[in-house]
Amino acid sequence: MPIPMPMHVISPYGGAAAWNALPPQYRPLTQNAVLTAAQGKVAELRLELNSSGGKKDKNFSSKKIALKKIVANMTMSNNDMVALFPDIVGVMGTQSLEIKKMCFLYLVNYARTKPEIALKALPILLNDLEDSNPLMRALALRTLSYVHVKQYVENTVQPLKGLLKDSDPYVRKTAAFCVAKLYDHDRHLVEGSDLIDRLNMMLRDENPTVVSSALASLMDIWERSESIKLTIDYANASKIVQILPDCSEWGQTYILEALTSYVPQDTSEAALLADRITPRLSHTNSAVVLTCIRVILYLMNYIDSEKTIALLCTKLSPPLVTLLSKGPEIQYLALRNALLILQRRPEVLRNDIRVFFCKYNDPIYVKVTKLELIFMLASEKNIREVLTELREYATEIDVHFVRKSVRAIGKLAIKIEPAAKLCIASLLELVATKVSYIVQEATVVIKNIFRKYPNQYESIISTLCENLDSLDEPEAKAAMIWVIGQYADRIENSEVLLEDFLDGWADETHDVQLALLTATVKLFIQRPSKGQDLVPKVLKWATEDTDNPDLRDRGYMYWRLLSSNPAAAKSIVMGEKPAITAESEKLDPATLEEMCLVVGTLATVYLKPVHTVFRSARPRRLQDSPALQKERLPSWQAAQKAKLLTERQLAGGAPPALQSQQYAANGNGSAGRNADALEEADALFASMGGQNMMSSMNDGFASSPTHAVHGEQSQMYIVNQGQGLGTMRPMTHAEDGEGDLLSF
Amino acid sequence: MLSGILLFNQKGELLILRAFRQDMRPRLADVFRIQSDNIYVVGVSKGNVNSALVFEFLYKLVSLGKSYFGRFDEEAVKSNFVMVYELLDEVLDFGYPQNTETETLKMYITTEGAVKSEQRALEDSSKITMQATGALSWRRDNIKYRKNEAFVDVIEDVNLLVSATGTVLRADVNGSIEMRAYLTGTPECKFGLNDRLTLGENGADTSLGGAVGNIGGNKASKAAAGSVTLEDVSLHQCVKLSNFTNDRTISFIPPDGSFQLMTYRATENVNLPFKVQAIVNEVGKSKVDFSIAIRANYGSKLFATNVVVKIPTPLNTANTTHRTSQGKAKYEPSENAIVWKIARFTGQSEFVLSAEAELSAMTQHKAWSRPPLSMQFSLLMFTSSGLLVRYLKVFEKSNYSSVKWVRYMTRAGSYEIRLGGDTGGKMCSTVTFVTPTDPRQIIAVSLDSLRKGSQREDTFPGRHHL
Repeated sequence: MPIPMPMHVISPYGGAAAWNALPPQYRPLTQNAVLTAAQGKVAELRLELNSSGGKKDKNFSSKKIALKKIVANMTMSNNDMVALFPDIVGVMGTQSLEIKKMCFLYLVNYARTKPEIALKALPILLNDLEDSNPLMRALALRTLSYVHVKQYVENTVQPLKGLLKDSDPYVRKTAAFCVAKLYDHDRHLVEGSDLIDRLNMMLRDENPTVVSSALASLMDIWERSESIKLTIDYANASKIVQILPDCSEWGQTYILEALTSYVPQDTSEAALLADRITPRLSHTNSAVVLTCIRVILYLMNYIDSEKTIALLCTKLSPPLVTLLSKGPEIQYLALRNALLILQRRPEVLRNDIRVFFCKYNDPIYVKVTKLELIFMLASEKNIREVLTELREYATEIDVHFVRKSVRAIGKLAIKIEPAAKLCIASLLELVATKVSYIVQEATVVIKNIFRKYPNQYESIISTLCENLDSLDEPEAKAAMIWVIGQYADRIENSEVLLEDFLDGWADETHDVQLALLTATVKLFIQRPSKGQDLVPKVLKWATEDTDNPDLRDRGYMYWRLLSSNPAAAKSIVMGEKPAITAESEKLDPATLEEMCLVVGTLATVYLKPVHTVFRSARPRRLQDSPALQKERLPSWQAAQKAKLLTERQLAGGAPPALQSQQYAANGNGSAGRNADALEEADALFASMGGQNMMSSMNDGFASSPTHAVHGEQSQMYIVNQGQGLGTMRPMTHAEDGEGDLLSF
Repeated sequence: MLSGILLFNQKGELLILRAFRQDMRPRLADVFRIQSDNIYVVGVSKGNVNSALVFEFLYKLVSLGKSYFGRFDEEAVKSNFVMVYELLDEVLDFGYPQNTETETLKMYITTEGAVKSEQRALEDSSKITMQATGALSWRRDNIKYRKNEAFVDVIEDVNLLVSATGTVLRADVNGSIEMRAYLTGTPECKFGLNDRLTLGENGADTSLGGAVGNIGGNKASKAAAGSVTLEDVSLHQCVKLSNFTNDRTISFIPPDGSFQLMTYRATENVNLPFKVQAIVNEVGKSKVDFSIAIRANYGSKLFATNVVVKIPTPLNTANTTHRTSQGKAKYEPSENAIVWKIARFTGQSEFVLSAEAELSAMTQHKAWSRPPLSMQFSLLMFTSSGLLVRYLKVFEKSNYSSVKWVRYMTRAGSYEIRLGGDTGGKMCSTVTFVTPTDPRQIIAVSLDSLRKGSQREDTFPGRHHL
């Protein structure tokens, strides 16, 4: 059987053609064949590598060709080239930058698997560190520090000290990064040496690239070490800001990132520095722009003049919007950050709602995030425009997006009271399309509108009832059933409608069954004559024919309630419930503050606290200083609010849960937020769960299904943010709970 | 920072893998991915990295690949894998992006192994290191041209979104100024735009060229006076940003060859080149009538080329008939649209299309989602924002004279007109715009003064001399 050896046909110049000329079906067929092929190839390559190529071959071109083949085999195919290691070390000493580069690549790739052979290459590399060619010195140093072998690391420390002071800036910048690399290999070794001090000294280097590299290296070390403190005083900060224009785009980003470690001691210092970095907002590289936005947001915490803050805010909007003309990935990142910034500084982007209107061919993730922003920016002033836009989205093809648009309209009705009528009119228009998923989505949101504005807009019930047949999703069914139950006395044929639903009892999901149970009880309480046939039947199903504990428990509770005290049952089941609110899902104040310190990073894409995504990440928080405007921080304000609430509640015998809530909110501002922040949060969530239960008990049992639905509901609104986010869920409840308590 | 870079082909086969950190493992916390031709460029990281930086770097990597190999696809990567590794080793250290300027990199990472004496190589390498770490990393020393020329292309993408009722929902311009500099030595360039350049929404404006006053004058008069309002500006690495912030001068030492000097956004006072009137009429369930009229709003001496109007039709369209007053229309079943092409669209003229789509019967009547009507075009010597290049000054030690050319082009970005949302009934969308006195006419006239016989002129139709 002929075994093709692709590498044979590769010439360094006509490589591509050769690769493609080989159809994929020509692969060795048996394992054995692979083995012999690989061995044969290794032997052949060895021969080629060690051949002198004759006297004419001054440039070692035959060696180069052999090396290229080896490097290709190393990654592109699965042939193991490790057997060639000694031969590679043999040619490593060749005086050719090109050959060295390929040998070093090989070394970095295989050193870990064969450390004993790698050691043989060490003297060559150490020798190259003293080469007269700076590119060579840098290359050797860079390679040395990639190799995770003890002797390599130990032997790099001494020469590195000299190279940090090399006459050539390119070598110095490489050396600066090298310190962070060594720290990654062996932190104790580096901490025991004076390398970090030397790295610090490099901040005074005359070459801007060296300075920014040293800063990046220091930040990298700082990120991974608890014992190291990074402090930048005003003089330092001022100096590095001065060299910003002379740095590469990446260097500028490193410097800006480092600036969040500068803690302004004086509010005018902060203002001055913020002003000095604003030109960066016009940079074409979005990393520079977003990081600059991060620094300005950070510095604003230390600025007392509201005028200055307002001015800075107006400067942030245009560059943020400009990022929307970049690639979709950057757009998405910018939008997620806009969500964040909007919560912290609502003045930014206030007038820019139109720029978030979706383009027809935006990727879906961009559209959904834009939708969320539109919801957040919607106000009484622009509501007409927004509704026209949302109605447009509701007729698009992507079902997911259409649903979210419909939900957004419903949520706007709840958010902006004066616009409720307009929103409802829009919803009814959509219901008229008779498109099944639009109708269902609209049903769900209309239920929420009823909960927000009880006893208003009831005229639309009849419209809803016309579309009963098109409901096939549990959530929509449950919503419709809730409406029927709640308004049983005002819907002429409520018992007939309910009976229709009850026909399919056995096939329904538990959510729908729960809704049916409650609705039937409501019907009975409001119109005993109509409901008396249905109630016993349903109670029997719920208590005897089900294995769902919630359903059974609720069934028993209704049963006993109705049989022991019908009057109490009425006041509990049909009692007045607190109206719902539709404030968009907001990050809790402490998370918000933390996220603003990491604008542009991955955590802002998830919009989750950094430590929940990256356990090992070093927590960031605002450092206290005389200039810090504490009373304007969201966490401080929340703490104050909670305190006020507790005082009021304590006077009236409040549930103890709130105290822990306040404690948690307080804990973030000061020293409390560290490793045990998580436990603290757990404790908080646990207590919140309890509180939630308490409040539903106060409301009466009847409202618990709606509560559950509502909790889920608000999860859905936060378009991406809450999905699959276990830790956020209790927080939602906490907010609901708080809202409920406030309205007492 | 980045733990590694991987390149995959579309089948998911690994082409290149370069790890930069110990924590590089197959399953990593986060993966950043972009696509270039038929390969995926993937960056992986384990920490809370600066995502903008990662994506910008990946974009840069692709453009670097393109400038090295012409294309950055599977074939290019496979035939240049050693070079790709070499580049990766150079542009990333420990996962931190380093110097990524093509100009500098090409000095020492070359496609052909140049033969040099040891001594030369040594001299060169220290020059290279200065270049790679210096403040002028984008420009080599000792660039020489016999003839010094600079070409400026102002390219605007105009975006329009009109609602079914004819209201302009969004009209904005994404512009860029592309430059090709063939200049000797280390030239300082100074770039002058309109007499009045306003940046931002209100207030914080600075005038250029001394035309002061008239803040808040009405828009039309502003446009006539040769002023332009830009929402935001991003400038190339080489532009001195502090100068720009202080007095709105754009001064820079350009890279050699072509680069993007600036990008900008304008939302105010946008001149829309075309006015579209679309009437869509669903006749029962079996027929849709279209009546589209498009009018060119620019001066009659100008003409747009490659005008393509895409008129979406329902998914169950069986057959169409159409009549046009100009150009050709064709039904494209794969796109579910009638495509109307007009090769040359002279200013101030108006063309109409009327069409009828017959629908095949469907068992279930599904509402038609009515995608918007969209347009493509390119129009020379016209800028929708009103931006003008007044001058480009070049200062160099040797004081040579240089020739500068400028060209303007407006293209359709996403130029969309919605066709209305509800089923049945009659929809009409009309867009009307006011065209202010057009300062761009001046540009059109100066076309006549085009110098004849310039070497590169042929490749730059429609340029005019600065």
